[in-house]
Amino acid sequence: MVGNPNSGKSTLFNRLTGLRQRIGNYPGVTVERHTGTLHVGDRSVELVDLPGTHGLSPHSYEERIAIDVILGRLADADRPDAILAVVDTTNLYQGLYLVQQLLELEVPIAVALTMSDAAEADGLNVDVERLSEHLGGIPVHPVVATTGRGIEALKATLAQLHAAAAPAHKAAWPELAEAARELIAGAAEDIRRVDAERLLIDGPTESNAATVAALGDRANELVANMQERLFAGEPPLAYEARIRYRWVREVLKDVQQTGKTLVSWRTRLTDFANKPVAGTIGLFLVMAIVFQAVFAWATPLMDLIDAGAAALGVQIHATLGEGALASLLADGIIAGVGSVVIFLPQIVILFLFIILLEDSGYLARAAYLMDRVMRSAGLSGQSIIPMISSFACAVPGIMATRVIPNRRDRIATIIAAPFMTCSARLPVYALLIAAFVPAQRVGFMNLQGLVLFGLYIFGIVMGILTALLLRKTALHGPKPPFALMLPAFRRPNLRTVMLQLLGRVRVFLYRAGTVIFFVAVVVWALAYFPRSDDVDPFIDAQRIEAETSLSGPELDAAIADIENRAAAMQLEQSWLGRAGKFVEPAFEPLGWDWRVSAAVIAGFPAREVVVAVLGTVYAVGDEADDATLSQRLKGAQWPDGRPVFTLPMVIGLLIFYACCLQCAATLAVIRRETNSWRWPAFAWVYMTTIGYLGALAAFQLL
Amino acid sequence: MNANGNTLASLAKGQKGTIEAVDASCPQVQRLMTLGLVEGAEVELAGCAIGGDPLEFKLFGCGISLRREQARHFRVSTPGAVE
Repeated sequence: MVGNPNSGKSTLFNRLTGLRQRIGNYPGVTVERHTGTLHVGDRSVELVDLPGTHGLSPHSYEERIAIDVILGRLADADRPDAILAVVDTTNLYQGLYLVQQLLELEVPIAVALTMSDAAEADGLNVDVERLSEHLGGIPVHPVVATTGRGIEALKATLAQLHAAAAPAHKAAWPELAEAARELIAGAAEDIRRVDAERLLIDGPTESNAATVAALGDRANELVANMQERLFAGEPPLAYEARIRYRWVREVLKDVQQTGKTLVSWRTRLTDFANKPVAGTIGLFLVMAIVFQAVFAWATPLMDLIDAGAAALGVQIHATLGEGALASLLADGIIAGVGSVVIFLPQIVILFLFIILLEDSGYLARAAYLMDRVMRSAGLSGQSIIPMISSFACAVPGIMATRVIPNRRDRIATIIAAPFMTCSARLPVYALLIAAFVPAQRVGFMNLQGLVLFGLYIFGIVMGILTALLLRKTALHGPKPPFALMLPAFRRPNLRTVMLQLLGRVRVFLYRAGTVIFFVAVVVWALAYFPRSDDVDPFIDAQRIEAETSLSGPELDAAIADIENRAAAMQLEQSWLGRAGKFVEPAFEPLGWDWRVSAAVIAGFPAREVVVAVLGTVYAVGDEADDATLSQRLKGAQWPDGRPVFTLPMVIGLLIFYACCLQCAATLAVIRRETNSWRWPAFAWVYMTTIGYLGALAAFQLL
Repeated sequence: MNANGNTLASLAKGQKGTIEAVDASCPQVQRLMTLGLVEGAEVELAGCAIGGDPLEFKLFGCGISLRREQARHFRVSTPGAVE
């Protein structure tokens, strides 16, 4: 299945294959490979939903994959036996350009005209029979994928298509075919005509290296000579576009009549969203609703997961006792994985909204409206939704960068996105601000609110500076063309949305899940081992003393206190505690003692874990409420009696948490989306360094 | 041939023009040509984003957005303009 982006290809694919589809990756790249099986009678047809492309000359990574598969250039992917060209009926102009190129491949081909209902509503009438004649008599099926209209006829065609003859289309550009034949005649090895044609237009590239090799030593010279003759010094792409679109316009004149446009909700909504001011306000309203939903709908589920994980931990301890295995299961795996899974409701809801925005065509609209603003950060409009989404969670934000066609823009966005204040930073901010920032009024605002607001702004500024810096240095390159198709709004298809949502959640759980599991176990082991033999006798002695002198609620409180102190003592001499002490000299200039350092190290898999570890290390228990913990933090002292948590130190710690990339899920997703460990490693080192320097500056200068 | 020196960037909102000549030397413009912005295509300026940039055009009923600086590479003739 080949078609323009937004041609309704995926919806049609889902309609044809239902749940019989698989999502994988093309070898070595991050582009998703969607395959599915279609059953017609006793026949089955294997369908591949290729990434959208506007033509056979690639302009983005995804387009290149699609074209390489179509032309059979990709190792591990067979050349298709037949092509189903998917054309949006409301955008025949660009659709037929691609179809014309496909017609010359000498592969059986059929056309599906999608969204034919929307075309009718827009007053567009297409003469399907005339169109088929222009396309060399190939089958053309108007369909409505959402309702199923025309699908059965299309299926019947697809079942027979592989055996059909290649289209008898009169080449729109005989000179090109002639030149290609000439090139082939002089070649040492066999070359297909289409490969020779693409070589003449694209010039030698990575994709057509095999064709160049088959031409022999003088390939580049031969191609250059023939290009000069064919295009007379004009850029080949421009030449091709002129010739093919001339043909498209002639076909359109013949097959398409524009009747009276009915004013539908689509056109009205599109008109509204186009208005510069109203549209921009609309965009912020939409995002406000998304955020409201992410936080309001997710909270009950998150509380449920939190309570469930806690209950499971208690149950495990009750069943297995206090041994290492029970602790691994309860405190390591369940608590560690739980600390990330708790964000799953937010992530799923955010995924859902991003997919809805994409499928309805609103994403392109947002990119258009915000392009000017994003350009000042060295990015383009397409970065806006990934950036805004990252205020809830960077994971869906980073996965939403797939809509950015330019690789440099995309990576700059991926690295800048984790600076946005995500919901996992809030527990840390809330604890520290409530404990150490006085609740006094500043004008009409509260100082605590002001500090929180400042942290949000700080994250945005750091993200922008990072993007600018990257685009000027490591990701320096020519300004990408900004050519954004603005499709009319359409009602998203529930099945397509759900399948996409499932796919993204699965990717998140697979990729992030394994990393999180691994890191959670490592951090647990660091905090658990080695066990000290001195703690238990000491605790037992204390307990017996308490039991003799106290009773009732006082006794319970005393025992809880003793247990918390035992946990703190164990932690102090564990590897984690020792690591905290070992790195203390490095963090002392920031005003952190070994306890804070150890908690920060433990927060590596998920930053909000730092709150629970501070609870353990300050012997108030890992489930302590903020008030109890902040009381204890205020009392924390250096050995010489100075308080640890001074205002400059706390501001430094806040800055550190505003920057550092303590999130295994984000790292795993960056790894997946950039297809290398280089970028997540860079992001981690870069953000941690900035956080360290920021905290250092705050503590030393304030 | 070029009576008024108009480009896509100088169209008024709602005004239609036919592309007469394209400066195809720049790769960015070639990309736009493969999207259908070629000589002979009729284009209408549908509006602009906040701050006047980028611009939104209608090309055979479909929306396409270009930045102002890119739109300057396309010379258009407008119906009603004096030859």
